[in-house]
Amino acid sequence: MYVAVKGGERAIDNAHAWLAEERRGDTDVAELSIEQIREQLKLAVNRVMAEGSLYDPDLAALAIKQARGDLIEAIFLIRAYRTTLPRFGASLPISTGDMACDRRISATFKDAPGGQVLGPTFDYTHRLLDFKLAADGDVSPAPSAPPRTEPTPHITEFLQGQDIIQTEPENDAIPRDLTREPMSYPAGRDMRLQSLARGDEGFVLGVAYSTQRGYARNHAFVGELRIGSVAVEMEVPELGFAIDIGELELTECETVNQFKGSKTEPPQFTRGYGLVFGQSERKAIAVALVDRALRWKELGEDNVGAVAQDEEFVLSHADNIQATGFLEHIKLPHYVDFQSELELVRRMRREAGADVPEAAE
Amino acid sequence: MTPDIEIDTEDRRGWMGLLARSDEADLLHLWQSFGQAPGFTWLRAPEIGGVMVRGRMGGTGAPFNLGEMTVTRCSLRLQGGQVGHAYVQGRSKTKAEAAALIDALMQTELAAAVQRAVLVPLEEKRTENRVTRAGKAAATKVEFFTMARGED
Repeated sequence: MYVAVKGGERAIDNAHAWLAEERRGDTDVAELSIEQIREQLKLAVNRVMAEGSLYDPDLAALAIKQARGDLIEAIFLIRAYRTTLPRFGASLPISTGDMACDRRISATFKDAPGGQVLGPTFDYTHRLLDFKLAADGDVSPAPSAPPRTEPTPHITEFLQGQDIIQTEPENDAIPRDLTREPMSYPAGRDMRLQSLARGDEGFVLGVAYSTQRGYARNHAFVGELRIGSVAVEMEVPELGFAIDIGELELTECETVNQFKGSKTEPPQFTRGYGLVFGQSERKAIAVALVDRALRWKELGEDNVGAVAQDEEFVLSHADNIQATGFLEHIKLPHYVDFQSELELVRRMRREAGADVPEAAE
Repeated sequence: MTPDIEIDTEDRRGWMGLLARSDEADLLHLWQSFGQAPGFTWLRAPEIGGVMVRGRMGGTGAPFNLGEMTVTRCSLRLQGGQVGHAYVQGRSKTKAEAAALIDALMQTELAAAVQRAVLVPLEEKRTENRVTRAGKAAATKVEFFTMARGED
């Protein structure tokens, strides 16, 4: 039950003023600029864009600054802003095969055409704190080599040529959009991939990890992980043809998983897929593992009752804005609710014969 | 109103895409240096909005909605009647205005001059950035070698 109560305006205004002061911190320390956040905390910016479901690095950097580095709060700000934007339309499906790759690795094929390109990775660092960064930020330029000019082919193409992996036949069906219609179950793979792409990284990571630990295990190999930029094309009605409207940095992960076969079809590898805004490979791998686990019905696998197979459970709890909204609302005044519960428990205790002295209220 | 010169759709796709993807500061710098401020009327004043970006399952399969991106669009008409459109990434109305003016001027006798002063350097800058990144990526390509296993 909600009852309107007046009061607290001054306390709220003063709390916000203090928040602004705390956000700024010690004024003897230089203030952070949006450009600094965008350039130097890029992976945080990427996470806010991915889970905020809006690609705009400057806005994500602003949100991080406003949220004092609380990324879920920043994602909340981006989601709120997103709802104010008129929708101009939808892009043509992007072509990740044409990605200009900064990074491209395969855990399954050492000699994949295009090679193993490590890119700017944390892998193989020793995870020791680098105190040089505390002293100065000078870096020497990264080495360069003759660039690859042609597109890097997808690894699954080679397996597909041998008919040894599931195909992903192209079609132009209009996908459902969870920002435009309420989630309903069964959700379909389109809604699942959209929901996982904007889902909480920690939650999706945890569910993905559970599949590796044996809950709906599906023996995933990272067939390919690629990070780079891809052009976005859209049909513009006033022109009557499609033009590029921009370019995004994306991370794509394709997993190669254990087999499916039947009386009529010989065994084949199966696939999981993850596509995420920005350089965000932990998230992309996690999405691919969960995508694969959620395909159990389509692939004729048993439901072993694992969380990662439960579409409704996974998709209903992956969104950190929904989750934090409901979780945090319980700290707001519930005086009347609680009063009624207090009266109820007192009556029950009286009826049970407990001799409760009335406490002062 | 027909344009002054014959416009090839592929060419127009090329420059509109280049303008959409270009860095705002680079574009505005080149446009201002070009030094033209043609008169125009708005057909659609600059407007910030979102475009839903779609991917394909498994990279090649059925489409799904990945998330939105910010885009600014506008349309204008030069005094000579040529109509310029812009759909550019981000939230800059000045970038959209410059892109629509360039699109319109590319339909006039100034096309060659615009091409030279704005589009060519913009494309060069873009290619340079791309090649630099690709070069750094190439330097991180793993060269495998097999160690002798000692088992004849």
